[in-house]
Amino acid sequence: MATTAEEVRSMGAEGAAEKDDARTSHRLALWNMWIGFGAFALALPMGLYQIAVRSGLFPAIQSDSVYAAAVSTHGVLMAYVLSTFFIMGFGYHTAYHSLKQRPWSPAFAWTGFWVATVGTLLAASALLTDRASVMYTFYPPEMADASFYIGVALFVIGSWFWCVDMIIEMTRWKKANPGRAVPLVMFGTAINAMLWLWTSMGATLEVLFQLIPVSLGWMDTLDPGMARTFFSWTLHAIVYFWLIPAYIVMYSILPREAGGKLFSDEMGRVAFVMLFIFSVPIGFHHLYMDPQQAAGWKLLHMFGTFMVAVPTFITGFTIIASMELSGRLRGGKGLFGWIGKLKWTNPVVLAGILSLLMLTFGGFGGVINASYAMNAAIHNTGWVPAHFHLIYGGTSVIMYFAAAYWLWPKITKRKLWSTPLANIQLWMWFAGMWIVTAPWHIIGLMGQPRRTSDQPYDSAIADSWVPYEVVMIFGAALLVLSGFLFVANLVMTHRNRTAEADPTPRYAVAVHQPLAVPKLLNSLGFWSVAMAAYMLISYGYPILQFFFLGTPGSMEWGY
Amino acid sequence: MKFHVDPLEKKYIWAVMAFTLLAFAVQVYYAAAHNAHPPSNVETVDSSRLHLEEGVGGGEFMEKNLGLKRDENGELVLTMVAARYGFYPQEVTVPVDEPVRLRIATIDVLHGLHVPYSDFNTMVVPGYVSDMTSTFKRTGEFPLICNEYCGVGHAYMYSRFNVVPQDEFKL
Repeated sequence: MATTAEEVRSMGAEGAAEKDDARTSHRLALWNMWIGFGAFALALPMGLYQIAVRSGLFPAIQSDSVYAAAVSTHGVLMAYVLSTFFIMGFGYHTAYHSLKQRPWSPAFAWTGFWVATVGTLLAASALLTDRASVMYTFYPPEMADASFYIGVALFVIGSWFWCVDMIIEMTRWKKANPGRAVPLVMFGTAINAMLWLWTSMGATLEVLFQLIPVSLGWMDTLDPGMARTFFSWTLHAIVYFWLIPAYIVMYSILPREAGGKLFSDEMGRVAFVMLFIFSVPIGFHHLYMDPQQAAGWKLLHMFGTFMVAVPTFITGFTIIASMELSGRLRGGKGLFGWIGKLKWTNPVVLAGILSLLMLTFGGFGGVINASYAMNAAIHNTGWVPAHFHLIYGGTSVIMYFAAAYWLWPKITKRKLWSTPLANIQLWMWFAGMWIVTAPWHIIGLMGQPRRTSDQPYDSAIADSWVPYEVVMIFGAALLVLSGFLFVANLVMTHRNRTAEADPTPRYAVAVHQPLAVPKLLNSLGFWSVAMAAYMLISYGYPILQFFFLGTPGSMEWGY
Repeated sequence: MKFHVDPLEKKYIWAVMAFTLLAFAVQVYYAAAHNAHPPSNVETVDSSRLHLEEGVGGGEFMEKNLGLKRDENGELVLTMVAARYGFYPQEVTVPVDEPVRLRIATIDVLHGLHVPYSDFNTMVVPGYVSDMTSTFKRTGEFPLICNEYCGVGHAYMYSRFNVVPQDEFKL
């Protein structure tokens, strides 16, 4: 068939435009993710420092103020900066490659990036100069310098640009492809964007209407009970904001890397929707021990908290079934024979296995935290940071590593510098995470309080924590080494001269790959309304009460 | 519209739902039958006036009123104040196997309180009184520890908490 010169020219232009689009989304992905991983590399050694100080073995580095600044910085950089920037970068890549349409507005995306980056720099400079040693939870009436809160606000507002971008990308695709199922990888990403909009609202209200006005002297007092209630709105759902990208990798990348198929596309959607609905309106297990909320509300939130078990168990089933499928395709026989046949040397598969193992134990610990009565035994003990290090630092972050190992060759078009090193790094992270969190859980049960630089309680009980704290130092050292190996592998990939053989990203296909799915599993509208209603029920009165309780306000305190 | 769920996965989801319902049932049972509730009294106090007779709270947390007492019903009530960086009184002795009701307020920032190996655990939030009851099951000397970051001296904030056999307990 003859092609006219006109057609050839337009095809060429299209090809060039496509190349430009790919370059734009890749650049957005890289810049965002490098801010995240840069913050990670900066924050990582601080963890080792804190564990070393706590053991009491190194009097030379003992300092209460450096310790408080280090915990605050480590928390903010790991929990907010690493997670959010990684998620944004991954999202831009996913939107472009899964939807295969022209990016909606690169200028809008870059604006969000710069707003969030300026906010991060502002907050980080306050943290590193000892003007914001208020922990990543920044509970008033202890107050940081105003620049810290302004930085946090800008950071969050910048991330909202990403949320809007993801939702618009999905909406545009649906308009262009009526009746078709949004690719699962993008559906999960858009759900997570919507989740973050809802999640971040609580802390944002606290920062804008309580913390910034008081820190600037526009208001004299605030109600710390109200501030904690706002923060609980953000503090639990943020965990699912971190976790969903890990699940996205498991559902949409892992099965293909394992050499098989996704067991069920629809159940993935069900899991994402349930994670969304049962994440935000359930934050009161963070307030179980607080006097400013009544028992009935706490019980109500407990029900919602436990519902999260359902999508978590669904994900466990679907992902393990997908892995079994791939193991059997590779010749695995018998009840457990497929496990040995898995591609243990593929970083995505290896990370997925290790991540699920950590999720199993971390999830069990979470049941204790969420329990209406049992929570009293572990509240604010070492058990709590042990739990979230296992679930976030372990389960989620190991999948961020896996995603990066998968993404970097596709973005840079260069072969991953060293796959064996990547696998060693993942094993080290897994081992280090256990060596840190297992003793930490145990001393939590023995009453060791969190966020303490020392334990001068003149008590045999406090002495009994020390051996466990010494073991933790080895785990922390292993984690630091592992984290640096990860960053080094990415840096060396940028400089690798060997080209990647196949840089096209391809997502996993399901056993029954759906062309269309029920409307509720393909759209965000209904679920946003459902979320609004559920939020009104669970947070409406508990927030409203502060306007007629008449609590005497608290003035600002230093730390 | 077709919606594929594998039959095995369907059974599994039923099992997960059953597990979740069981978790609900156990918790509601213990809350109702054993009165196991977290501290939730929603009672306000003026944290800047704890040392004064007048105002919200009315002198309950004045220095002379702190410590362990029996109330009009003969129940043990421990009144405490949290202030950077200590709990007052600095030493408390309670009997084993008898309910102790704690009432505590803070004069400054957020604090937390926990006696290891017990469920004697509460937040102390400025502007609110924390009220909870617990029974100690084992005797011994424990630290009563601040477990919520309250400033650079957080690690140094504690009281001594002794749980003694009932026959050794004197008020």
